[in-house]
Amino acid sequence: MFYREAGDFSTTYPQDSQTFPIKFDRYRYYFVLAVAVLVMPFVMTDYLVNSIFLPFLIYAIAAIGLNILTGYCGQVSLGTGGFMAVGAYACYKLMTAFPDVNIFFHVILAGGITALVGTAFGLPSLRIKGFYLAVATLAAQFFLVWLFNKVSWFYNYSASGQINAPERTVFGIEVTGPNTEAWATYLFCLVFTVGAAILARNLTRGSIGREWMAIRDMDIAAEIIGVNPLRAKLTAFAVSSFFVGVSGALFFAVYLGAVEVGEVFGITKSFLVLFMIIIGGLGSIFGSFAGAAFLVVLPVVLKIVGVDLMGWPTDIVAHFQLVIVGGLIIMFLILEPHGLAQLWRVAKEKLRLWPFPH
Amino acid sequence: MKYKLGSYAVAAMMAASPVMADLVFPSLSYRTGPYAAGGIPFADGYADYFTLLNERDGGIGGVAARVLECETGYNTEKGVECYESTKGEGSLVYQPLSTGITYQLIPKTTADGIPMHTMGYGRTSAANGQVFSHTFNYPANYWNGASGAINYLMSQGDIAGKKIALVYHNSAYGKEPIRTLEELSEKHGFELMLVAVDHPGQEQKSQWLQIRRERPDNVIMYGWGVMNQVAIQEAANIRYPMENFIGIWWSGSENDVLPAGDAANGYKALTFHGVGSDFPVFDDIQKYVVDAGKAAGAGDQIGTVLYNRGLYAAMLAAEAAKTAQDIHGEAEITPAMMRDGMEALEITETKMTELGLPGFGPSFNVSCANHGGPGLIGMTQWDASAGTWSLISEFSATDMDVIQPLIDEDSASYASENNIEAGC
Repeated sequence: MFYREAGDFSTTYPQDSQTFPIKFDRYRYYFVLAVAVLVMPFVMTDYLVNSIFLPFLIYAIAAIGLNILTGYCGQVSLGTGGFMAVGAYACYKLMTAFPDVNIFFHVILAGGITALVGTAFGLPSLRIKGFYLAVATLAAQFFLVWLFNKVSWFYNYSASGQINAPERTVFGIEVTGPNTEAWATYLFCLVFTVGAAILARNLTRGSIGREWMAIRDMDIAAEIIGVNPLRAKLTAFAVSSFFVGVSGALFFAVYLGAVEVGEVFGITKSFLVLFMIIIGGLGSIFGSFAGAAFLVVLPVVLKIVGVDLMGWPTDIVAHFQLVIVGGLIIMFLILEPHGLAQLWRVAKEKLRLWPFPH
Repeated sequence: MKYKLGSYAVAAMMAASPVMADLVFPSLSYRTGPYAAGGIPFADGYADYFTLLNERDGGIGGVAARVLECETGYNTEKGVECYESTKGEGSLVYQPLSTGITYQLIPKTTADGIPMHTMGYGRTSAANGQVFSHTFNYPANYWNGASGAINYLMSQGDIAGKKIALVYHNSAYGKEPIRTLEELSEKHGFELMLVAVDHPGQEQKSQWLQIRRERPDNVIMYGWGVMNQVAIQEAANIRYPMENFIGIWWSGSENDVLPAGDAANGYKALTFHGVGSDFPVFDDIQKYVVDAGKAAGAGDQIGTVLYNRGLYAAMLAAEAAKTAQDIHGEAEITPAMMRDGMEALEITETKMTELGLPGFGPSFNVSCANHGGPGLIGMTQWDASAGTWSLISEFSATDMDVIQPLIDEDSASYASENNIEAGC
């Protein structure tokens, strides 16, 4: 009944190759976008934006980035936290060095700088694979965090080693600093998230995405049919790091406002984003969103149910959260290795035939 | 299912929505993670004191106090979430017990007009109330601690030409005393050696090898959580003389020294309040809180160093709330009134005695310009066989000639970064 191609005729090639070829799917997408842009800003509160929507939008960008590298190109990376730190510190240095330039461009540039750094750390991927590459990116994670802690130029020689986001505006409306309105920061991040998703979706549908997937599925075969592994792997690292850098910049500038590298961008962050794409679904843009939403909303829901509703002690609830997230990861790996995105795909297939499955 | 979860959430929000008939004291605690050993006793002490006030005195000025606990795990993101979820309930004062979260909340609390009290932690230059209107860090701060440690060493003998190592948590917290110690080393002619330990600090072999090699005369530690226990154990392993090892007040609780057993005997730690449970208030806590079965947590922390600190923090908050009630003539105060109360807070020895805490902490006045208090520092020492901390020096003044210019400099740079006009 839903998601059916019946009666959905394409008369031109662009119609046939659009992102959502099925009419129902397309309208649903427009609907979600319209709600996000036209309705959500009006119901946004400080609490909603800071505990759910900003982390969700920002983690979604990071998850898209990591998904390109790990899910599409098959290169396991544990350096996400470090690359987010590069984005954050690049953004901070740009914000303080060029205060007159709009923050929007700083965030993009921070992503660009991260892309360069990511490419440099991607070079070993030409020689090493699998676990060994994971260890190499792990080295990047620790090296970058150490670097931002050690070299005081990165934090403008402040005594505490913290970086603080100064107030910056877009069209005269503050998006960083303490006096921001909830809707402004929400919309600012939404623009980046939607942009990142559209960009990533189209990249992965195009020739470059096919190259990545060829490398992922079997790198030797890909090389034989004419995919250049150097190009494919390094572009994957660059594009992935770009998104991760943008998310790091937003994480610092818009969401937290003050950052201490070891605590915020440590190894736990790398794992968190990795869990997001595992639970959400490797090799799926929708999966990146689903995973980010799941891991951001789950602790909040557990807290509301456990502490506010049931009145349990806070430490019990915090421990339960670890147990539940750990259990879910094992469950997903066993029962549904393709994550929430696959569940969604199956649901769509079922819905096509519903209510007459035979 | 989605609908159900949503309706639960709505119900939860409604259940948690403000009931204005109480004074809300949020406790951003951490009972989980690598810093729980420090977080649990503090949170217990903080909660128990308000329970005591409710049970014994019927609240503060006749209004019940409500402690709203929120688990942060010493994590800044969760700290922000906790802040946002509790600020709508009329929270009067925030005490995040984390320097990282403090940095996060200084601009937010100022923008929202809610005071924050960072007792012995946080951003030291917040002592300058002209710049930091809503942040308080009385009665002592990190830089007082650094100076207090050096003063204590000088009272033990000449330190010119000696080598002093700082073992610090490689974060905003641990880096705080470096500037002060550098200034002091120039002034007094000792050599400073910096040894960083990364979060969470479970692995310190290389750091202590370095100390073993370079043989500093004294080691000062700015550590927290699991890092403390490991450092003391490692110091014992290299047979570093414990009496030359001084911790800041966050590195001086029972949890830090007990794992090393007898080897920790003689370890010293700074403090800005009394130790032990030899104060009349503990009889009341036993009677009204513990015996009534209302003790927070497991109830096994009473009288420990960090429990006392949580108690002291709660006491100062309650006294500030009373002051605010007197100033404004209203029992149900708002965060803005609470701020006025904190700024007009006066702690005298008579008041401390009335509260059942004679000699527990210094007498001091807070003013609009000085949010930092007097910064009187004492020294405690661990006796492993008796299992107690004892105060081995008077609470004495620190070197404000060095600290004050640093406070002025750092707060001025914060003011210029954030376009703040100096008030008062």
